[in-house]
Amino acid sequence: MASVCFYFQVHQPNRLRHYTVFDHGDNYFDDHKNAEICRKVANKCYLPTNRLMLELIHKHRGKFKISYSITGVLLEQLEKFAPEVLTTFKQLADTGCVEFLGETYYHSLGFLYSKEEFIEQIKAHRRTIKRLFGQTPRVFRNTELIYNNSLPPIIEQIGGFDAIITEGADHILGYKSPNFVYRPVNSTRLKLLLKNYRLSDDIAFRFSNRDWRDWPLTADKFAGWINNINGCGYVANLFMDYETFGEHQWEDTGIFEFMRHLPGEILKHPDNDFKTPSEAVKAYSAVDSINVPHTISWADIERDLSAWRGNDMQENALAELYRLKDRVGQTDDDGIITDWRNLQTSDHFYYMCTKYFSDGDVHKYFNHYDSPYDAYINFMNVLDNLDYRCSEAILKKQPRMYELDTKRNVKTRNDTVTNRLCFSERT
Amino acid sequence: MRTFMLGWEFPPFISGGLGTACYGLTKAMDKLGIKVTFVLPRADITPPVGSVKMLGTEEFEATMPGRFTNVRFRTISSTLRPYATASSHREQISNLASKQKTVQNGVNPFNISISIPDNYDGDMLSSVIRYAEKATCVAASENFDVVHAHDWMTYPAGEAVSWQSHKPLIVHVHSTEFDRSGEHVNQAVYDIERTGMHAAAKVIAVSNLTKETIVKHYGVPPAKVEVVYNAVEHNGDGVCHIPPEKKDKIVLFLGRITMQKGPEYFLAAAKKVLDEIDNVKFVMAGDGDMMHRTIELAASMGIGNKVLFTGFLNGEDVDRAYKMADLYVMPSVSEPFGISSLEAMNRNVPVLMSKQSGVAEVVTHALKVDFWDINEMANKMIAVLKRPPLQKTLRTNGFHEAHKFTWEDSAKKVAKIYDEVIDQAKGKED
Repeated sequence: MASVCFYFQVHQPNRLRHYTVFDHGDNYFDDHKNAEICRKVANKCYLPTNRLMLELIHKHRGKFKISYSITGVLLEQLEKFAPEVLTTFKQLADTGCVEFLGETYYHSLGFLYSKEEFIEQIKAHRRTIKRLFGQTPRVFRNTELIYNNSLPPIIEQIGGFDAIITEGADHILGYKSPNFVYRPVNSTRLKLLLKNYRLSDDIAFRFSNRDWRDWPLTADKFAGWINNINGCGYVANLFMDYETFGEHQWEDTGIFEFMRHLPGEILKHPDNDFKTPSEAVKAYSAVDSINVPHTISWADIERDLSAWRGNDMQENALAELYRLKDRVGQTDDDGIITDWRNLQTSDHFYYMCTKYFSDGDVHKYFNHYDSPYDAYINFMNVLDNLDYRCSEAILKKQPRMYELDTKRNVKTRNDTVTNRLCFSERT
Repeated sequence: MRTFMLGWEFPPFISGGLGTACYGLTKAMDKLGIKVTFVLPRADITPPVGSVKMLGTEEFEATMPGRFTNVRFRTISSTLRPYATASSHREQISNLASKQKTVQNGVNPFNISISIPDNYDGDMLSSVIRYAEKATCVAASENFDVVHAHDWMTYPAGEAVSWQSHKPLIVHVHSTEFDRSGEHVNQAVYDIERTGMHAAAKVIAVSNLTKETIVKHYGVPPAKVEVVYNAVEHNGDGVCHIPPEKKDKIVLFLGRITMQKGPEYFLAAAKKVLDEIDNVKFVMAGDGDMMHRTIELAASMGIGNKVLFTGFLNGEDVDRAYKMADLYVMPSVSEPFGISSLEAMNRNVPVLMSKQSGVAEVVTHALKVDFWDINEMANKMIAVLKRPPLQKTLRTNGFHEAHKFTWEDSAKKVAKIYDEVIDQAKGKED
């Protein structure tokens, strides 16, 4: 039996506008650019791919199944800039063949910095998915498939999840195959689905690579590889960015035609089928446990955190951001809290990556900044302003204390600035 | 392979990037085994700027014993000064123009019409002619396959030698009149540059930016222009950065204080920085025709006490300036390459360079800004001064990146161009 398990990551960050040290406004995000990119990706990828998926689900009468993880930041943008995409996702949800996974609302690295914040964002995302698509996520995927042994206990604690999805990195699997269901070394209730990165990347990265010996990749060729799993595994976990279709692999590469024929080719073999992640973990028991003492992710060849925490700027930006957590909370100001959370999206730190910067690779392609240094400067300027707003808001919340303070100052008449503040507090 | 090279300045007695480039390139060519005869002007009179001093052959070779095996230096008495823009000497020029002689066999191979320039030192144009005449005499006793002329002042000499020897000419453009003078182009200099570029078999440009200027403003076919980037000498140290003990942060400007280098943009940004941060000093190291105006400008902006002018710096002082610097800024309005930025990176100094520079095409681990964008320039200066992680990342990555630029690579490219033009010339003979 070989079950093909598709999961597509659907995400766009809330990009920052150009913000210098001389700016003071609280409008940090570039709505114009975000709208433009959102609409562009909607037209090139989301809309045509959603329609194709609907078509395939109808054509195969429920035998073709897929899953999505859509971030809260993107859902907000779709509601604003491309509501028709949201409509088609709802149609997909209504087919009963589509599962929606849980993740952090803001596509954040909260797991690494603040457990409390991490949990809150997962819960917020769950509520949003329930509201929009009428189902509650039962499988969790962390931002960029980041995972280590400390993740399962947190997910167990939140409750309601049956499994976690992560990368089938060679160094955690060793001789093991990603084509089985596993369990975390420290959890009995949760299961693990590991990405088959070879087969996934054949579609996501190598599909249009003419130097690849298997180019051009056809649906029947790929189905042949899936058939080979029969007898030595249960699941083929094909996890990839949804933007693979039409955005990373352009339409003229034939990616849509490939996908259009793939389910039919795979279903030709009587032992094959499609399963959503929930169905896969229900159908197959875990064959072994997986120990991941060091953090992994699905990024780059290193499969580690170096894309977000690879240099001093990234470490500094993240540390400063999460250092603000308590102060942000003290403000009780929704605007400040939301801005702070939008700044947590991992992309902001990815833009600061200097790893392959000189080589002009994929990091550069998805970067609207001229350089990682510009990304850091911009982010830190925004963060400084947010910090300032926190101070202001906290001061405002304690007018009594402040009044006392200023009264003393009025007596001694030595601080006109405080007098003025005192005045504005009262009026 | 033997080359007859015409230059006008050479370390340690230099006033700009040209001497550094000639030195680095020649040294690397020497290592590749290319035989170089390097012709340099020697000052008869000490120039008033004081910074440029030319040596005689004996003195010269005495300063760098054993450094070169394949390079010989020949000097010509002259007063060539690459960047002189002293007041005009109309009479002198008229005299010299009328005295313009033809070389050796009575034919003038290069047709330079000397219009009377407004802002160039009259001495210069006549020196260019004299240098050309004498270069042909030196060339007569030398064997070589190709003539290589660095910047406009040696082009007429290059043309003359090429014409006399029937060897192909390569002109190497380190800067153009448009870079130095903006829109106020000196017609005589432009004519010399244009004639030289057209007479050459190949033109070497130090960047694509310069190549564009050559194609656009001088009408040279793009296929004839090859880009060879400059590089920097690596001495291996500098990996560990030990900040000297000092109270203030230092932002360094190092270069000639001329229109081309954008000193007023530097000051305008400095003013904005000082509005935000107090403990910072701006050091302007260099000399130039806008120096006095720049000092006055700093005073009138009320930041005179925060901007320090050192005058022209040499050797060790340059090292010390880099060591002190928390940030190096090159705000050039038009910079064909900008070796000083690479040097700063090579010495572990974070760099902010203008996008209007050739080096910005090829360097990634530096901050970049449009020279006119004062706000952004100040924004980035403040970021570097305020944020140690940014400083550290720029230092580390910049240092490694600077090491990718080697004179050996540049010399290899030049050698390839030599091969091409020599083959071409042979083809013509056959």
